[in-house]
Amino acid sequence: MLAYILSRIFQAIPVLLVVGFIAFAMFAYIGDPVASMLGQDYTEAQRVALVHQLGLDQPFFVQYAHFLWASLHGNFGISYRLAQPVGSLIAERLPATLELAVTASVLAFVIGVPLGVYTGIYRSSFLSRVFMVVSLVGVSLPTFLLGILLILVFAVALGWLPSFGRGPVTHIGAWWTTGFTSWAGIKALILPAVTLGMFQLTLIMRLVRSEMLEVLRTDYIKFARARGLTPRAINFGHALKNTMVPVITIVGLQFGGVLAYSLVTETVFQWPGVGLLLAQSIAVADIPVMSAYLLLVSLILVTINLVVDLLYYAIDPRLRVNRGAARAR
Amino acid sequence: MTNSTELPLPLRASAAKRTEVGGRGLGGTNPSPQPPSASRPTPSRGGETTTAGRFSRALDSDMLYSFRRSPVAMLSTAIAVVLILSAALAPWIAPHDPMDLASLSLLDSFKPPVPMDGSDWSNLLGTDNQGRDVLSAIMYGMRISLLVGFCSIIFAVVLGIGIGLLAGYAGGMVDALLMRVADVQLTFPAILTALLVDGVIGAALPRTMHDQLQIHVIIFAIGISLWPGIARTVRGSTLVERNKDYVMAARVIGVASWRIMLTHVLPNVIGPVLVIGTLGLGLAVLAEATLSFLGVGLPPTQPSLGTLIRFGNDFLFSGQWWVTIFPGIALVLLVLAINLLGDWLRDALNPRLR
Repeated sequence: MLAYILSRIFQAIPVLLVVGFIAFAMFAYIGDPVASMLGQDYTEAQRVALVHQLGLDQPFFVQYAHFLWASLHGNFGISYRLAQPVGSLIAERLPATLELAVTASVLAFVIGVPLGVYTGIYRSSFLSRVFMVVSLVGVSLPTFLLGILLILVFAVALGWLPSFGRGPVTHIGAWWTTGFTSWAGIKALILPAVTLGMFQLTLIMRLVRSEMLEVLRTDYIKFARARGLTPRAINFGHALKNTMVPVITIVGLQFGGVLAYSLVTETVFQWPGVGLLLAQSIAVADIPVMSAYLLLVSLILVTINLVVDLLYYAIDPRLRVNRGAARAR
Repeated sequence: MTNSTELPLPLRASAAKRTEVGGRGLGGTNPSPQPPSASRPTPSRGGETTTAGRFSRALDSDMLYSFRRSPVAMLSTAIAVVLILSAALAPWIAPHDPMDLASLSLLDSFKPPVPMDGSDWSNLLGTDNQGRDVLSAIMYGMRISLLVGFCSIIFAVVLGIGIGLLAGYAGGMVDALLMRVADVQLTFPAILTALLVDGVIGAALPRTMHDQLQIHVIIFAIGISLWPGIARTVRGSTLVERNKDYVMAARVIGVASWRIMLTHVLPNVIGPVLVIGTLGLGLAVLAEATLSFLGVGLPPTQPSLGTLIRFGNDFLFSGQWWVTIFPGIALVLLVLAINLLGDWLRDALNPRLR
């Protein structure tokens, strides 16, 4: 077990180093921060001073080492667009994005699993077919369009929910902010969370359904029925439990997708998170923000992959015996 | 295929019933066994002695057979064909030319779509803030969306096949290295890769060249974000194929490696790529729309469906919903049709379901 954990961690480190190198190369070779920071009128002395201040006159590997060292300390340079430290820009927006992404994932899980169980058990009922057709549309509907439709219905036509922003937020601790403390904050969260969670929801529902269909055909379910267990005990105690391993894996691995599409959702709803910051930064080629985002997201994704791998290993006893065969699924 | 231009009714009914169950789950575990097609002997794929023409003809007729029994496939093909044709022929059949600034009149702005008050049959789906016909803008926009989608997916397929074949056939270090790169890239969601590649290239290029080069940048960014999945699939099939006798035989008689890869292995691994490519076309169209919606896609001089939706979004609150909703519907229809076709193709090419 320990050897496995260590080998997984050692596999993760090169990934981070490669991403770090790409992020640094973006920093080092693209655009001219000096020109964009100096503006129109400057003297040669000012330029040289700035080049020296930014450390751009040093050798490549020294700069790369500095970059890694600074990144480890949360120092990602200064945004060209906002002229503020990228680290604090991201830190003040991160709670908004994480709150949105986690709410969306929880929503998708809490609604998706029961729907999947229902459509798996009653696969030919009318309601199941409706759910399946709706889920097909859900998969094909792009996130931004879903957001626009929800705004049109619930904000413009009905006027029930706000269409943009995060509502009032409360500060907790040094840098965390939350919208959960007020009704207005929760209302502001509903539409973005539904928009972002819809794809995961349909994915989870379809996955649980197909896993249920598979599990319900197995012998131990037949034996459970023969033993006279209640349908409830069979469906939830026996069947659902065994579908959860792949579902949890997929949910974990899909968190990267949630983060990526939070960028789209945040743009639609003007949600003040990291994704909106990145979308705005890409439009004006703000490299420091882009490279910091790349590093941050890769750290989150690699960590999640690692946790999911370990979780998988911990949950499913079969993997400890024969890992290769089970992972090939 | 001359013998069954008309399907017997019971068969057709059962086909309709089967597809009513809806889309299948991930991994195609939906147990919808096709009725035994024993009456039609399935041509074996191992017919190396037959000529390429005969092989493809056999495949065609088999596919056609499965196609005719799937109403979903026929409907989605019909939708896809109508949309693609209306996009391709836009300059000839569109009611107006949205690029022609001279024909625009602000007096015509914000006409609602037809059944509503103040609408007009010459602008079936209404007009936008500059009096541009929404229907024509959609047709021209879909042209650009499809162009970018097709080019991106072709780029991704060529790259994926090349790398997959090389990795699978060469093995060893080359394989390990290439697949490691694919793994690292697969850690990131495709849309994020496309976005960052687009952003980085955009930052590297001088501002003045942006508008002309942007379409190439987008195609490159989307294509590069989609290759790992294709390369992995091709590699997997290549690993199986390369140990077969025909590859051995070709090697023994001294055929060059690249020739074995391209003329012998490639035709045998292309099937799954067709499926991924079709589903990938849907992904590519969506990715382009998303990038354009975020404002980092195509320039306003080449408005795709995503760009139209982004512009229309500004008028949502003032009640002109049609400017954004109709391009959105067009996009969803297009992607849905492509996805359903891809699903059907996957099942039709899957010998286990025959």
